[in-house]
Amino acid sequence: MDPIRKELESKKVLVSDGAWGTFLAAKGMQPGECPELWNLEHRDDVFDIARSYAEAGADMVSTNTFGGSRFKLEHFGLAGRAAEINEVAAAISREAVGPGLRIFASVGPTGKILMMGDVTEEQLYDAFKEQVVALERGGADACCIETMTAIDEATLAIRAAKDNTKLEVISTFSYDKMADGSNRTMMGVSPAQAAAAALEAGADVIGANCGQGPDGLMDIVKELRAAAPDAPILVQPNAGAPVRQGDVDVFPETPESMARYVPGLIDAGANIIGGCCGNTPDHIRAIVTAVRQTIKQ
Amino acid sequence: MAELLEQLAMCVERGKVNASSPYPPDLKGQDGADELAKRALAEGIPPDDVLSKSLMIGMGNIGQKFSENKVFVPDLLMAAKAMTTAMAHLKPFFESGEAHHRGVFIIGTVQGDLHDIGKNLVAMVIEGGGWKVVDLGVDVSSEKFLAAVKENPGCVVGLSALLTTTMVNMENTVKLVKEYDPNTKVIVGGAPLTAEFARKIGADGYSPDPQGALNDLSV
Repeated sequence: MDPIRKELESKKVLVSDGAWGTFLAAKGMQPGECPELWNLEHRDDVFDIARSYAEAGADMVSTNTFGGSRFKLEHFGLAGRAAEINEVAAAISREAVGPGLRIFASVGPTGKILMMGDVTEEQLYDAFKEQVVALERGGADACCIETMTAIDEATLAIRAAKDNTKLEVISTFSYDKMADGSNRTMMGVSPAQAAAAALEAGADVIGANCGQGPDGLMDIVKELRAAAPDAPILVQPNAGAPVRQGDVDVFPETPESMARYVPGLIDAGANIIGGCCGNTPDHIRAIVTAVRQTIKQ
Repeated sequence: MAELLEQLAMCVERGKVNASSPYPPDLKGQDGADELAKRALAEGIPPDDVLSKSLMIGMGNIGQKFSENKVFVPDLLMAAKAMTTAMAHLKPFFESGEAHHRGVFIIGTVQGDLHDIGKNLVAMVIEGGGWKVVDLGVDVSSEKFLAAVKENPGCVVGLSALLTTTMVNMENTVKLVKEYDPNTKVIVGGAPLTAEFARKIGADGYSPDPQGALNDLSV
């Protein structure tokens, strides 16, 4: 698999995939269930999610491993099966998309706060190492260390991947919009700070995901681009902020409305565009079309 | 005496836990909340004054700044750590009845939801406001909330949820508690929540941040 930078040279802009959490919920996963256990107990459903995004035209597809660290799996008594679960998850995605498509495996936060002494740096590093080694063994090409809010945790994950695997490393943070319009993670990190730290730790791609819709993330992409003129940037906005209607969450951005943001996101500096919560294969399909149209111009 | 209480409040606000703590850098080597709380009590300052004229002031200041996006989670966590360290010296006075809590606050994240950072922040700020906090943890069933209410007559209940899909469990918990005792105050919070939702499910209050929750309790 060529490095992402190389693929960007010819393709200019790539499309990543959409939501997995909301897709699993649509397939019947209940609140309180362990999503990663579905890799073992609902293999066909997980396979279908990966396959759906590949068919929608995504250039890279993720894995059902967002909460796949031993610390997150501990809540469900599955910490001892972390390696197994991550390897199986990557293998499912690989089988679903075939040998030629890039798998960028999901690595989410552990829920532990280093500064509180919940865990030591060594413990966090080891947990991330366990996860990324297993993901690579299952067939991943890259890992996406995503939805991070703390620099210390994110850089430990980046280093664990760089030190122990050949995976390309994507590092994305999740930001809230402050009262004064600026963007900060809940730990107070700015896009510029995150970009610098991630690149120094060895990340190949930087970016932002979740937290806000495409308009909010466009501003963040601009800040990232200003802070890192040469780094590839991945952006995965939510399909807007969800509104609860009866028993379901409705995400306001449709495939068409998400696609309308594509030229602006590319202009702002995004090299890889996908979606987080609420984005479906149809959203990705529309984004693929919009990207192709925009690049032609 | 007033100066000592002011210093202690400042240590809480700035997260200066003790003399050996390297944080914040500009207070390195100085006494922290630990040493100053111990000294205040040794000098005969009433424990209730240490709480209300110092610790609560410090936490109140940082809580207010947090709600204004002026400081972030790490600052709040360090302040809470400083406060907890100081509170350890007050513990025997609470046990003897010489120092008084404002009341009992039961808090938990509702069933099906494992998110705890927000809940923990609220618990810390409310404890900093002089309340005794009973933290039931995460994934807490309505029945478990009710059991805690029965064990703590006169308490206030706080419910947290981060997932829109678990908000229905919030509604169930409010219902169960109000059925048992309509006068038990229930407040709610969490990223997907709104004041409108709180009203709709019969909660008595909603706040988008910890300081707001504390202000709610003080009404």
